[in-house]
Amino acid sequence: MKKFEHLQGLVAPLDRANVDTDLIIPKQFLKSIKRTGFGPNLFDELRYLDEGYPGQDVSSRPLNPDFVLNQPRYRGAQVLLARRNFGCGSSREHAPWALDDFGFRVVIAPSFADIFYNNSFKNGILLITLDEETVERLFQETEASEGYRLDVDLERQQLTTPSGETIAFEVDPFRKHCLLEGLDDIGLTLAQSGTIRDFEQRHRQAQPWLFRDA
Amino acid sequence: MAGQTLYDKLWAQHLVTSRDDGSALIYIDRHLLHEVTSPQAFEGLRLAGRKPWRRDANLATPDHNVPTTTKERSAGNAGIVDDVSRIQVETLDANCESFDIEEFRINDERQGIVHVVGPEQGATLPGMTVVCGDSHTATHGAFAALSHGIGTSEVEHVLATQCLIAQKMKNMQVRVEGQLGLGVTAKDIVLAIIGRIGTAGGTGYAIEFAGSAIRELSMEGRMTICNMAIEAGARVGLVAVDDHTIEYLRGRPFAPSAEQWPAAVAAWRELVSDADAHFDKVVELDAAAIEPQVTWGTSPEMVVNVSAEVPDPATADDETVVRGMQRALEYMGLEAGQKITDIRLDKVFIGSCTNSRIEDLREAAKVAQGRKVADNVQLAMVVPGSGLVKRLAEAEGLDQIFIEAGFEWREPGCSMCLAMNADKLGAGERCASTSNRNFEGRQGYGGRTHLVSPAMAAAAAIEGHFVDVRDYDPGSARDRDDALSA
Ligand code: SF4
Repeated sequence: MKKFEHLQGLVAPLDRANVDTDLIIPKQFLKSIKRTGFGPNLFDELRYLDEGYPGQDVSSRPLNPDFVLNQPRYRGAQVLLARRNFGCGSSREHAPWALDDFGFRVVIAPSFADIFYNNSFKNGILLITLDEETVERLFQETEASEGYRLDVDLERQQLTTPSGETIAFEVDPFRKHCLLEGLDDIGLTLAQSGTIRDFEQRHRQAQPWLFRDA
Repeated sequence: MAGQTLYDKLWAQHLVTSRDDGSALIYIDRHLLHEVTSPQAFEGLRLAGRKPWRRDANLATPDHNVPTTTKERSAGNAGIVDDVSRIQVETLDANCESFDIEEFRINDERQGIVHVVGPEQGATLPGMTVVCGDSHTATHGAFAALSHGIGTSEVEHVLATQCLIAQKMKNMQVRVEGQLGLGVTAKDIVLAIIGRIGTAGGTGYAIEFAGSAIRELSMEGRMTICNMAIEAGARVGLVAVDDHTIEYLRGRPFAPSAEQWPAAVAAWRELVSDADAHFDKVVELDAAAIEPQVTWGTSPEMVVNVSAEVPDPATADDETVVRGMQRALEYMGLEAGQKITDIRLDKVFIGSCTNSRIEDLREAAKVAQGRKVADNVQLAMVVPGSGLVKRLAEAEGLDQIFIEAGFEWREPGCSMCLAMNADKLGAGERCASTSNRNFEGRQGYGGRTHLVSPAMAAAAAIEGHFVDVRDYDPGSARDRDDALSA
């Protein structure tokens, strides 16, 4: 996993609650057997006016001028500002892959769906949960001033707005550690192989019917 | 000290180690795989030179991309017209072969939707942890198994280590007490629950479904309910073990052997919440008050009674909710105040891991028998959840009932639940669907989905618009039952 670096990111506001993973990346793009290349189809049904299909050259597709990410002022955004229950629905990790491929490093919302939350951290994307009022205020500030950037400091768990105001955020220590160090958690778990084997043996003794290879 | 909930017990039985920071390593007993969320995980294993930790914990089947017409299916993988879909299924086959994982391939009779196949095989057992790269893994919680969906990185983690890094959830109990009305089903219960608590109401919780109405449900009904726990935001749905659970499992291919059976049953009997267990949240519903449900919007929480009207956004008090409702009405092409029973349909889909088991098909067939699909419905399809469900339905003559009524009888798979194969809605088309998600574009670009029970879907196909299945010609349905049993 790549490390999460301190950033000063342009903020794009997606003013919509319950954004589901079908909306983040529609199913036809899930047929890919790769982890990359999903960026051009992030929010496909919102971004384009026609129906997209895998492997297509998106440069000739009609863009939806009303969609926020199509507006020139948000080009190159790294921070996505969203509403409650972001990432609900399917478990597709293609959703964070698409956000990452597009260039988003951080998503800020009042709440996130559980599976999406896990998947994002596993891909080096930082999700920040803030209360509704703070999110609302960030929406207003972002929309009011072009080029609005947030300084995101994971180490100190703090956002800084252009006016210098700081906003603290919570993140669980294990996830923070993995993100800052860019750790491979399979490697970390395998370092405990002995403990897993011991557990497995006890488990097999207690409930042998859970193992079919006996 | 308060007693333990069912979830607490399952968690404790699988806890390998816990870390100071609150995260933990839990052991995984069963790992189900399908073609969409596994290729990148196998690729990751290969790149790191890793092997699956335990081969017998894994079971795979292709379901999302498989075609459902008999003609295409007869050619096996070669019958998958879309190249990208075919490569994905072939990749699953190749990965299972090279990593020595048991797979029910496309035309194996045991193939089907992964969440139908697991329980049907007895591969889902009480007291297990069950994971799959699919959010509807919650289904398996009907067996008092701690089951939830995971992402692809976690699929790789489970393959490599047989463990998952997890955090303990909070406990919620949803109690449904009393007697369900005639024609009201498990699907209506779960839609009513989601309507009550909302699509984020269960976020961070494991939900245990309890109460007399849940106890009376068959295992299939319980699966329907747990399946949609995720639509209420909860990764985990659970039902305690009772006689229904144990009887369902007896004799299934992956179930404990005759020698192991008594010890297994004794252990399973413990899988109930203690009487003094503490739940962080309790929600109660009166079963008798639940009507057949129909979703009107683009989120499962946008649901009303069949006797109601499409709601008016002006009645909501939260600005974000108002805008969401307005957008949903526009997308769905509906007006506030319109009667649900006036909504006309273009297509009907009976299938998906929510409602494609034998009891679902029986319910729908009961309504369809001796009737004809309305002219305005261009396509009404029935897609059994697995090859074995299909065979059983055919042995009971359900396929003939559907075909005579004008439904298409298909081969097993996910089909139009998410339209990754050729079965999809066209833009603007309106569908009564027994699946679990009515998100924008879910069943096809621009498609409009209304979630309902199998009986409600069948009745809507016959009439061409929604009807209340409770007063849908019940006399003749009874006559038919009598005739059948005579
Ligand atoms: S039937 Fe639908 S919800 Fe169930 S696993 Fe298949 S695509 Fe997912």
